[in-house]
Amino acid sequence: MSHAVEFERVSVAYGEDDAVLRDVTFSIDQGELALVVGRTGSGKSTLLGAINGVVPHFTGGRLEGRVTVSGLDTATHRPRELATVVGVVGQDPLAGFVTDTVEEELAYGMEQLGLPGDTMRRRVEEILDVLGIADLRDRPLRELSGGQQQRVAIGSVLTPHPSVLVLDEPTSALDPTGAEEVLATITRLVHDLGVTVIVAEHRIERVLQYADQVIHLDQGRVTVGSPAEVMVDSTVAPPVIELGRAFGWQPLPLNVRDAKRQARGLHLDARPASSPPNGDVALRATNLSVRYGALTAVDSVDLELQRGSVTALMGRNGSGKSSLLWALQGSGPRSRGAVTVDGLDPHDLPVAQRRGLVGLVPQTPGDLLYLPTVAQECTVSDTEAGVAPGTTRSLLDTLVPGVSDDSHPRDLSEGQRLALVLAIQLATSPQVLLLDEPTRGLDYTAKAALVRQLKRLTTTAVLLSTHDVEFVALVADRVAIMAQGEIVESGPTREVVVSSPAYAPQVAKILGHGYLSLAEATGD
Amino acid sequence: MRTVHPMAWWGWAIGLAISASLTTNPALLGLLAAVIAIVVAAHHTNTVWGRSFKLYVWLGVLVIVMRVIFHLLIGLKYGDITLFWLPTVALPAWAAGIQIGGTVYLEGLLNAVLLGLRLAVLILAVGAANALANPKRLLRAFPRALHEIGTAVVVAISVAPQLAESVQRVMRARQLRGDAARGLKVLPKVAIPVLQDTLDRSLMLASAMESRGYGGHHGVARPRWVAVLTLGGLLLTAWGLFGLLNPEQATWWTGSGVLVAGVLASVIGLVGGGKSVRVSTYRPDRWGPIDALIVGCAVVTAVAMMWTRASDPASLTQPLQPLGWPEVGLPVLLGILVAAVPAAIPPAPKAKAP
Repeated sequence: MSHAVEFERVSVAYGEDDAVLRDVTFSIDQGELALVVGRTGSGKSTLLGAINGVVPHFTGGRLEGRVTVSGLDTATHRPRELATVVGVVGQDPLAGFVTDTVEEELAYGMEQLGLPGDTMRRRVEEILDVLGIADLRDRPLRELSGGQQQRVAIGSVLTPHPSVLVLDEPTSALDPTGAEEVLATITRLVHDLGVTVIVAEHRIERVLQYADQVIHLDQGRVTVGSPAEVMVDSTVAPPVIELGRAFGWQPLPLNVRDAKRQARGLHLDARPASSPPNGDVALRATNLSVRYGALTAVDSVDLELQRGSVTALMGRNGSGKSSLLWALQGSGPRSRGAVTVDGLDPHDLPVAQRRGLVGLVPQTPGDLLYLPTVAQECTVSDTEAGVAPGTTRSLLDTLVPGVSDDSHPRDLSEGQRLALVLAIQLATSPQVLLLDEPTRGLDYTAKAALVRQLKRLTTTAVLLSTHDVEFVALVADRVAIMAQGEIVESGPTREVVVSSPAYAPQVAKILGHGYLSLAEATGD
Repeated sequence: MRTVHPMAWWGWAIGLAISASLTTNPALLGLLAAVIAIVVAAHHTNTVWGRSFKLYVWLGVLVIVMRVIFHLLIGLKYGDITLFWLPTVALPAWAAGIQIGGTVYLEGLLNAVLLGLRLAVLILAVGAANALANPKRLLRAFPRALHEIGTAVVVAISVAPQLAESVQRVMRARQLRGDAARGLKVLPKVAIPVLQDTLDRSLMLASAMESRGYGGHHGVARPRWVAVLTLGGLLLTAWGLFGLLNPEQATWWTGSGVLVAGVLASVIGLVGGGKSVRVSTYRPDRWGPIDALIVGCAVVTAVAMMWTRASDPASLTQPLQPLGWPEVGLPVLLGILVAAVPAAIPPAPKAKAP
């Protein structure tokens, strides 16, 4: 039987740079779910692009070796000719939509292939049912939630009936509920329809348990094998794997249930309920509301942030987290209520003084950068903040050492770019630092670095919004959970997340006794 | 119940626009405007283009106001009934025909208002077509040879809101760096992140379209005669129109004969070009009896107007010298009322029948 996807000694290089993929050989059988893991910049996107020939036909670069999909060589078949064989969904589904309603989007690929009308009609109905989105058929794509958009994007590449489906980070940007919807869809496609699925994902803990095969990338080289084999010494590992490695469990557990079984032998003492640091209050918000027309985004929120503590703001997409952060900073709209930092309300201050009190790192940090080099960004930042020259640069060096002065901010990795914006915002040494979804696109190493960076800010009160429960377990002293614009629960991290079904980190689920992280369990 | 073919609404609107262009009779123009408003009220949908009709109404009002202002400032004033005086400016002899300020008479002012009203009703007719026919569905009804242009327009329509969003986002983010500057100085600070964002998105979209088979039809070469026929046909059409619009100079080789030949050649060219495009249309709009009825109603109106213009031209204009009440003939009145019949067609249900 021929393989669904086959790479034979494949190397890819762009221009004069080092090869992104080196001598990669592997094959994926029909109906399997393969998970591609690796650090940021390890070549995951290039590997996925090579499957349908977008690399190198569309992106340029040089590909050596042979890639075949269902027996077709990508050297002689352009991506558009492979549309009936491979379906590809990119990182941002919205950026790949061509039309504007669900039904038209599902039909678009088939129209391009010139399929007859009755076939198109039948397949659209089938896919609507398979993905459970029949009630969305007339909805505009932009009004859908992230999980729904991702499912429509999957559906839109499935209508030409490809046998291989390639997904680049399908759940990274989604809240836990949206991620569940998408994962359920993916497993259904593999199990019921026999589609071969190749997924790249940073949030390995979400997908690992469903994978038949793991393709691990490290600086362009691959290791391929069953999840338990490959994860033993993978460069990226979710908490469940870290735990298994630390306690030497054999075989390595891949999901919480297996790990729990292995953890029965451990004898751990119950973790004392340590109280979070109790600094003085840096920011106090009372009765804060934000309204956009008839929509109430933030509803009478009271909030206190202590100096030297990190508070995590969690909740579904659209629960008002971003609106709250922007209102606290003072630059966003506010309908009612008051915010006090150092006896002043940032909303009433000119923008330049405002950031001296409260700094905010927005969801797309790149929005703040417009100069061609890191050095120039740092210089301008010093002038803007009115601090001694070199302040921003030295902040950046403490956050992530070794960022070259000449590099273009767009060429930095996600983690480096975030650190640059963080350094710019910290240049004024604000009393309060707000971060909107800082972990987007960060791998485990970059997240750990961010944790260290935030823990170092002992005189600043930090509030960050995120969906990432594992990150919260590592970084946050307190957690506040938002729903429908209100803060429905808040308190020390351990008290809030351990008992919650949606927000408990893997370590807490496996070990119990109130443990949040591996470091706590091993006593490091 | 099916949705109305977008071409049908454009046909209807063109019929009414032709009718409006033939008259300055305020009663008839008012009636036409009312008919347009009634039909739009009955059929518009709650979408961006559906809501755009209001804008066209304001544009119409603006046109009338501008027309009046121009008349007061530089128009040639005439008539017997004096309204008021404006200060005048003496102009040299070569500027005869332009009169700045001066005495304003009722007749001249009324004529300016009516000419503005005629243009306003034309704008309303176009606005109605725009509000009633989903522009994207209209593009889908175009010949296949225009497929690429259609795709470009659809992509542009989808990308525009994203661009606006990213400008807004970056402008907001500027404040976070303590930058309250406005005007030209901000331009690079906003434009660079926005352009980078847009470029990234465009590349992602292009890559997604390539992966989904866009452009797969290029394998079939388009025959040379298709291009010759289409281009030649368009030139002939233009020549024919030129002849029709200058009836004094019309001979056998300009005018309607050439026009028909030109249109025929372009249509054959477009159909031939469409043959080499191997895309299909999902759930295309089909032309049905209701669509024919809608266009037919407007044709009746236009024919009634033209017939009256031939038989009783005075009834289509407002009597100005001497000033009098406008007349309304029965055939014209009935003709215009027929155009309101589409309002009685039950509006399309929100979701199409499964």
